[in-house]
Amino acid sequence: MAINRRTLVGGAAAAVVVGGGAYYLLRKDGATTVSSTSTAKKYDDGATDKEIKIGHTNPYSGPASAYGVIGKCIEAYWKSVNEAGGINGRMVKFVTLDDGYSPPKTVELVRQLVEQEKVLLTFNTLGTPTNTAIHKYMNQKKVPMLFVATGASKWGNPKEFPWTMGYQPDYHTEGVIYAKHMLANVKDAKVGILMQNDDYGKDYYEGFKEGLGKEAGRIAKHVSYEVTDPTVDSQIIQLKDSGANVFFNIATPKFAAQAIRKAADIGWKPAHYLNNVSASVGATMKPAGFENSQGILTAQYLMDPTDKQWEKHADMTLWRTFMNKYMPGANLSDAGYVFAYSVSFLMHETLKKCGDNLTRENVMRQAANHQKLKVPLLLPGITVSTSPTDFYPVQAVQLARFKGETWELFGDIMHAESS
Amino acid sequence: MPAFPKQWLWGLIALAVFVPLLQPVLPDVVSNYRLFLVSTMIIAAIAVLGLNLLTGFNGQISLGHGAFYAVGAYTAAVLMDKLNVPYWLTLPCAAAVCFMVGYLFGLPALKLEGHYLALATFSLALAVPQILKYKWLEKVTGGVQGIVLNKPEVPFGIPLTEDQWLYYYCLITMLALFWAANNLLNSRSGRAMMAIRDYHIAADTMGIDTALYKTVTFGISAAYTGIAGALSASAIAFVAPDSFNLFLSIKFLIGLVVGGVGSLAGSVVGGIFYVLVDNSAQALSLFVKNDLGLQFDLSAYTIFGILLILLMYLMPMGIVGGVYLAVRRLRQ
Repeated sequence: MAINRRTLVGGAAAAVVVGGGAYYLLRKDGATTVSSTSTAKKYDDGATDKEIKIGHTNPYSGPASAYGVIGKCIEAYWKSVNEAGGINGRMVKFVTLDDGYSPPKTVELVRQLVEQEKVLLTFNTLGTPTNTAIHKYMNQKKVPMLFVATGASKWGNPKEFPWTMGYQPDYHTEGVIYAKHMLANVKDAKVGILMQNDDYGKDYYEGFKEGLGKEAGRIAKHVSYEVTDPTVDSQIIQLKDSGANVFFNIATPKFAAQAIRKAADIGWKPAHYLNNVSASVGATMKPAGFENSQGILTAQYLMDPTDKQWEKHADMTLWRTFMNKYMPGANLSDAGYVFAYSVSFLMHETLKKCGDNLTRENVMRQAANHQKLKVPLLLPGITVSTSPTDFYPVQAVQLARFKGETWELFGDIMHAESS
Repeated sequence: MPAFPKQWLWGLIALAVFVPLLQPVLPDVVSNYRLFLVSTMIIAAIAVLGLNLLTGFNGQISLGHGAFYAVGAYTAAVLMDKLNVPYWLTLPCAAAVCFMVGYLFGLPALKLEGHYLALATFSLALAVPQILKYKWLEKVTGGVQGIVLNKPEVPFGIPLTEDQWLYYYCLITMLALFWAANNLLNSRSGRAMMAIRDYHIAADTMGIDTALYKTVTFGISAAYTGIAGALSASAIAFVAPDSFNLFLSIKFLIGLVVGGVGSLAGSVVGGIFYVLVDNSAQALSLFVKNDLGLQFDLSAYTIFGILLILLMYLMPMGIVGGVYLAVRRLRQ
């Protein structure tokens, strides 16, 4: 079935000419219909008298599907809000889609949410690469991209990206805090660093180096691992051999636990800083063995659900009641549920404050206008403050030391202004 | 390959060219999002065509075409980001780089047949995302952070939206590539490729330089898939190692088998299928849960799997093969 070359070229040329002409004519006709939608009303796309539409992407499948619990919990949160009468009388319609932690998929889905579903905003989209892929798009479209679920430091840049805001304390800041604490408390520190080889690990590492400042030479050994590695045993042996007396453990729970156990097995007893990502008692400390975990330091901003000291705390009771009613059967020691609940509360408050003015601009204005807001499950003393120039909602952490079977907070709440 | 009526082909191309121009009249039906979705289908179709040239027409199995896709995407991204090369020029560059990589990979692959080749290519797909993160390459590839790009701008002030332009850019590329593939397959070289697939020893005996043909086919196949990767870098405007996981290669293979192995039309159908079903599987699982009120928490992939099994059972020769058989049966 050879296509005659002349027919092809001729046909294509004719098509382009005719098509272009038709388009030009149609465009003239269609021009008026396009601009009629956005008169100065109180609503933008996705908000009506009855409904507020929120978009969300989350990896329910694929390599990061462990985070799926966050999406499920947020969905349950909005269900509970709707059953209690909604926000200012409007029901929340929460559209959550599975991106499998694949950036091209996230782009496709977020475009679907913004252009087809016409959501008012996206909320807590999860993952650093996935959010990077939609960062520019959301800001071009001027759609709020609120409280993204990633600790990278780039989400609080209102000058260049006025439509994007993060939530948790960024990894960079946390790294700075560990470095400062170490310089003040450990004599003749020689640091060994274990790092997951990705953006998350690097953010911590860069922050830590910045915190060391002139003392950057104190890093004696820096090793990394891939998420696909079976163990980090050999890395720990290398760190011990370097003669380090401080260990900065930038690893996700499974690897962090392996590192703690291995260090104890080979009799390495450094001052041990563990990143907040793995500060879960259930996921890290217990598998590593409590006897091996004594004295480890970390920074926290959320209440740990396994921490006995919060058992009677009003926030915890509230959360437990919510979990039992809306997520029966869920694993209550999973810190992901605590995170999801607290961040949803902040979104809820932001929308409440918008009142009847549910334009995208107002949503951003209100999101950047929280003063010392108390958000449940944040550690006592930590509040959410934002302003048009401060797009980092949670910026304070408190150091904690592992003692017995749980974390023991010590020292003051530390407020770190990120660079 | 089942003969495809020529009038149909022209009709379809005309449709593909004209429908997007209806956007001002039917803004909800021909939305920018849908055009973007069709663009991703076109890109998938090109990638599947690349794999089809290798597997369908030359009989070499590859489970690693995601790697070539990644190489193409990164070639385009690095050229645009570091050297400010215009986006349209990245396509031939990506094709050239991928041809080289594919050709070189094809050399050792000559020693491997069937399943062994599949495994070797599989390892390539596993390795590439890691290599992209490697610290010596990090300055160029951006490591895990990836590279953020700009979307292609509409040239010459043509009154088209960004997505319309992207669509035509992809469509023109696809038509050119399919035309080239069709010509290639109907030539001496194409017949040689298929002869190797059908009976390797016989082809050798007839004087075909099987080693040369196999490696060159590997190169061309990689180049096609690389062009698709370069297009996707432009369309998504972002590349990162996470975009090219193992599942991408499997998806190409699914597209190939579902569309129809050894059929040009099948590549298009395969490309459309995997984008469409991937999307609707999720919608379907939500529909089952929310609208039908059934308490099955089916994941999208479960539905995807069920659809695949059904399809393979009903149309073992792929959609194009199935339709062809159905048409023939109706005529009788």
